[in-house]
Amino acid sequence: GSKIFINNEWHDAVSKKTFPTINPATGEVICQVAEGDKADVDKAVKAARAAFQLGSPWRRMDASHRGKLLNRLADLIERDRAYLAALETLDNGKPYSIAYLVDLDMVVKCLRYFAGWSDKFHGKTIPLDGDFFCYTRHEPVGVCGQIIPWNFPLLMQAWKLGPALATGNVVVMKVAEQTPLSALYVANLIKEAGFPPGVVNIIPGYGPTAGAAISAHMDVDKVAFTGSTEVGHLIKKAAAESNLKRVTLELGGKSPNIIMSDADMDWAVDQAHFALFFNQGQCCCAGSRTYVQEDIYNEFVERSVEKAKSRVVGNPFDFKTEQGPQVDEEQFKKILGYISTGKREGAKLLCGGNPAADRGYFVQPTVFGDVQDNMTIAREEIFGPVMQIMKFKTIEEIIERANNSKYGLAAAVFTKDIDKANYVSQALRAGTVWVNCYNVFGAQAPFGGYKASGNGRELGEYGLEAYLEVKNVTIKIPQKNS
Amino acid sequence: SESSRFILKHREESIGIFINNEWHDSVSGKKFEVFNPANEEKICEVAEGDKADIDKAVKAARKAFELGSPWRTMDASERGRLLNKLADLVERDRLTLATMEAIDGGKLFSTAYLMDLGACIKTIRYCAGWADKIHGRTVPMDGNFFTFTRHEPVGVCGQIIPWNFPLVMFIWKIAPALCCGNTVVVKPAEQTPLSALYMGSLIKEAGFPPGVVNIVPGFGPTAGAAISHHMDIDKVSFTGSTEVGKLIKEAAGKTNLKRVTLELGGKSPNIIFADADLDEAVEFAHVGLFYHQGQCCIAGSRIFVEEPIYDEFVRRSIERAKKYTLGDPLSPGVQQGPQIDKEQFQKILDLIESGKKEGAKLECGGGPWGNKGYFIQPTVFSNVTDDMRIAKEEIFGPVQQIMKFKTIDEVIKRANNTTYGLAAAVFTKDIDKALTFAAALQAGTVWVNCYSALSAQCPFGGFKMSGNGRELGEYGLQEYTEVKTVTIKIPQKNS
Repeated sequence: GSKIFINNEWHDAVSKKTFPTINPATGEVICQVAEGDKADVDKAVKAARAAFQLGSPWRRMDASHRGKLLNRLADLIERDRAYLAALETLDNGKPYSIAYLVDLDMVVKCLRYFAGWSDKFHGKTIPLDGDFFCYTRHEPVGVCGQIIPWNFPLLMQAWKLGPALATGNVVVMKVAEQTPLSALYVANLIKEAGFPPGVVNIIPGYGPTAGAAISAHMDVDKVAFTGSTEVGHLIKKAAAESNLKRVTLELGGKSPNIIMSDADMDWAVDQAHFALFFNQGQCCCAGSRTYVQEDIYNEFVERSVEKAKSRVVGNPFDFKTEQGPQVDEEQFKKILGYISTGKREGAKLLCGGNPAADRGYFVQPTVFGDVQDNMTIAREEIFGPVMQIMKFKTIEEIIERANNSKYGLAAAVFTKDIDKANYVSQALRAGTVWVNCYNVFGAQAPFGGYKASGNGRELGEYGLEAYLEVKNVTIKIPQKNS
Repeated sequence: SESSRFILKHREESIGIFINNEWHDSVSGKKFEVFNPANEEKICEVAEGDKADIDKAVKAARKAFELGSPWRTMDASERGRLLNKLADLVERDRLTLATMEAIDGGKLFSTAYLMDLGACIKTIRYCAGWADKIHGRTVPMDGNFFTFTRHEPVGVCGQIIPWNFPLVMFIWKIAPALCCGNTVVVKPAEQTPLSALYMGSLIKEAGFPPGVVNIVPGFGPTAGAAISHHMDIDKVSFTGSTEVGKLIKEAAGKTNLKRVTLELGGKSPNIIFADADLDEAVEFAHVGLFYHQGQCCIAGSRIFVEEPIYDEFVRRSIERAKKYTLGDPLSPGVQQGPQIDKEQFQKILDLIESGKKEGAKLECGGGPWGNKGYFIQPTVFSNVTDDMRIAKEEIFGPVQQIMKFKTIDEVIKRANNTTYGLAAAVFTKDIDKALTFAAALQAGTVWVNCYSALSAQCPFGGFKMSGNGRELGEYGLQEYTEVKTVTIKIPQKNS
């Protein structure tokens, strides 16, 4: 599985080109992967379109059977869990124990969740004025281009495939060039599970070539993208300029984590640490602006630094390791750049700040104190193990500062007070607000961004909407009765 | 006998009462006999549950439902996972369960294996998928309040199931109840307790906590009545005759106002227009009546045929009904098995006699078959008029009534002229007629150009005295949830 997957078969790139995928713990090449470009996207879209024809096996399949296939895919992923977790760690750098226990667990649960929806999303019958019988069909959108990132390769694949396939769509998926291997392995399982050829097609390749080909394609009905806000703009623009394909975007964030003075201190420190440092800081919803109420600021900072210092950085296959390498050299350099800027602009470096090893892309867990809202590290998404801690006085002040961002992906508040919790949850302009917790996800709960953090929601029942096209059927009848 | 050996081989212990994932004798020590309707032989004896056993079961179910219990604190998705596991086990033991249904229920083996077991597995999996998708709402109330609803499980559910589709009915009851987080006390029919009891062992194997499912075999007037009268059962769900349905609703009203859902009898009209595809109409009408020896609540037992095609329709229906092989449901090539017991057997023969007496034309069949077992010949009556007993009362046997009609308005009136309202069908190619009947027929399910098409995704239930409430589909979940509104005062409400 290091080629291009179209019609349940493996293909070389039309150009015959390949690119290397790197192990970020060592900087070494793992293997060469076929490099998909526009010509391969065209082939994949043709295959997907054929699989979506009226009368095709996929279109005629019982909805419940689509669910059965998704459950079967989940079974196969469970069977190959250890191997997939190892591939994930090799290609992405995340600790193996977490890939196995967390990523793979969530992948299976996500697919099973959407398997359950496949025969349960209902259209309506509607009491229209006049002698008519009116109903809606919730049809699949059609050919869905799905462009996924490198931070949670398998999980992002499941988040995309689950709702798309449950609702009967066909998919052309471009996996991240940094981390193609695990998703390509799943392609084999998709075939083994029994999905008809052409329903899922997977193309490894680069954004400006394969990704752009998808977003500009005249025969792709919808594009779903998870990645940076910068690229999100490009995709939405391309969709508009080509065929007005439907667009959903899950983009960046600079999520505020608000710690009130009445919070449970131990728990808040623990969670704030987890909120930032999880997955090497490479989470779109990372709590990267930690706002601590004045009274408890000093103690909170001290405990957070202590915790960051004790974070174990090392070989991701070692079970003791809590933090692996960043995903590639580009990210590694970018993060170190932000750390420099932080120092330059006057934030107080309290620990870390340097590479953590001579080989691979490891960065020390880093904490900045006395951060001001106008500093670069307080405004821009770093996507690394760099924590910013700021001070605040009042609720009204913190709501304004928390919302003062172009982003709006997630937010959190730690408090024991029911009124504060309710007031702040209401006020924060973010797609997910966590109260006394952080990074809590479930396939059942919708996730997505306000403002430049994205368009639309993934997961939950809401996650089905973007993959459906509503058709109104109105039939004249002799006489309408209620 | 062979069938007894088969049953006993598979379930040494499990012919008792299933409470808290354990097998119990009845408190009274009493047992009752279970018979094979194909040869009237005793299969085995089963513990006979009565009020005392129901009390034990309800206590266990109530405990399993306590706040903080494993079942109450379980992730909803985990409930779904357990249900899917149960479906896996039913698939594994499909052959055993189908054989049991055939021996105990007089059901054709091929039908039991393909249709009954197929439906069971699909229904469990359908409900498994709903477990973590039962959403309450947040609600924009007037005033400075944060308001939301919780869709909580109702609590301890008493479920009384019939003998015509023992395993399917068992699954229709427990699957939605469990996916919503309830605990149950199930009373299977005294004629057909065996497959339900076998499920007890699978439920335990799947990993459901003790007390979540309890199964008490016994009789209606004792165990069944104990359920409908029980002061600590939150809801009763019953499938069976309209006559008993009334008793259950009355008992619920008299005691603790437990919630009630009922799936009762029917006398479903099947309306055939001259522009229908005649071959298809004859076939669907035939199967729609004769399936499972006519023992279906949805049986199309009043067939209204438009005058111009009446004679031809009758002729083809008789031809279709004549080519039947009756016999032991386990034997290949047999197309019709026995009625379930002597009581049903007598009742059907009585109604056949009334048809003859009241002037309907007996076209074929009309009496018993064979010298052992409760077999009745496939019977067709034509020239049936609406006032005859066979046109009004539910026969629940292989007896088909064919009547004539002229106009649309006439047949709508005649079709609706019944206290029943479970199902109905119309056969026509004309879109206007089809949609007119879809609106006009007072029935919980209306089929167009088909009959008996059922699936777990579709709500099923009766208008009028065919029942209260709906089972399956998303609608079926409503009966198993209790809505709680939570309203929290907040300092300031913002949209």
